[in-house]
Amino acid sequence: MSALLDHLPEFWQGLVVTLQMTAASFVGAAAVGLVIVAMRVGPVPVLRAVATVYVETLQNLPLLVLLVLAVFGLPEIGLKAGLTTTAIVVIALYEGAYIAEALRSGVNAISAGQGEAARALGLTFGQSLRHVVLPQALRTVVQPIGNIFIALTMNTSLAAAVGVVELTAAANRVNLLEAQPIPIFVGAGLAYAAVAACAGFVTGRLERRLAVAR
Amino acid sequence: MIRVRGLNKWFGEHHVLHDVDLDVARGEVVVVIGPSGSGKSTLCRCLNRLEAADSGEILVDGVPVPAEGRALARLRADVGMVFQNFNLFQHKTVLENVMLAPTKVRGVSRAEAERTAHELLARVGIAEQAGKQPARLSGGQQQRAAIARALAMRPKVMLFDEPTSALDPEMVGEVLDVMTGLAADGMTMVVVTHEMGFARRAADRVVFMDGGRIVETGEPNAFFDSPRTDRARDFLAKVLTH
Repeated sequence: MSALLDHLPEFWQGLVVTLQMTAASFVGAAAVGLVIVAMRVGPVPVLRAVATVYVETLQNLPLLVLLVLAVFGLPEIGLKAGLTTTAIVVIALYEGAYIAEALRSGVNAISAGQGEAARALGLTFGQSLRHVVLPQALRTVVQPIGNIFIALTMNTSLAAAVGVVELTAAANRVNLLEAQPIPIFVGAGLAYAAVAACAGFVTGRLERRLAVAR
Repeated sequence: MIRVRGLNKWFGEHHVLHDVDLDVARGEVVVVIGPSGSGKSTLCRCLNRLEAADSGEILVDGVPVPAEGRALARLRADVGMVFQNFNLFQHKTVLENVMLAPTKVRGVSRAEAERTAHELLARVGIAEQAGKQPARLSGGQQQRAAIARALAMRPKVMLFDEPTSALDPEMVGEVLDVMTGLAADGMTMVVVTHEMGFARRAADRVVFMDGGRIVETGEPNAFFDSPRTDRARDFLAKVLTH
């Protein structure tokens, strides 16, 4: 226990980095997901194909592989950014594919008549998506998106493998000094669990609040 | 106002519309009747290109209906449509449903859109439902809200795709009353329906479709009292005896 308490500042620092990465990459993933789903359900065949390839590619590669490729590969082609920034971008692109798929299932759950009615009124495809289809789709997928948020939080720990000192890396460093893996990693695990519990609480509230009578 | 020439439409192997010609004059009320699967709904949906025709031409107010994009959206803004299943936006109140298109498409201010919306909701007799979500309304009220939503764009022509087919019988009348009022006010209307009483009362012309073709067309009293084709006579005998 003292192994944990003696190193609270390191843990705290790691947790802050984890939270920053989680928040930034979730915002990025949400933006990516919205763009990809708009392309994927849209009327332009080329954009649909691009979005489909994007989703299939990113979902079929392990995040760790993508992180390693980005951290070691991008500097080779002259793209240099901080480790944390690189990890945030990679996680955002990766989780964006999952958010796009969650949103697409939401769009499919909305009756085709909603989009037809919007277009029959003269709204463009983009307007009908923005004002009619997506707001309803989003309400039906609050829970799956909450799950993606939790998975994303856990996935930020993979950034430890490419040198970002977030919570897992911080715990690992403390363990190298103290050699007490059980209290140290249980402590780190509890911190992740607390973040996940908060996310679950928020999605539950959101789901009730946004429920639409049908 | 609407001119259709040589319209053909296939769903896969199925030839749904067969060389359809149709003219609708300004202020005219054309009621399209016929058995299920005769292509009347598809014809209606082709007029604002919710369905793309495979061949033929459609002109609305002298302009060919554009294939896609903003030009098509502009045309649709001038062509109101009322659906069988109402299709009110479920996440918005009735008032917001009516206000959405005028503010987003026409650029009308919110205050003016709201004033117009209240007027239209009063006109269709559901002023007191403005703040409710659509799912809280009866079917008849929802369909009247949908009519108000279409009217808010001040359309040149209104399309009705079986507007009373999803309603409980007791609610059919209130929707038909609103439509009869619109017709009396001079609105150009194309109405696909099974309501023969409405057709006889409100139509300037009845179009009878069967098997994807327009089989007979004529003034309502003449059509209902003495149809010229066997197919129309047969159809009327079946629907009017019940």
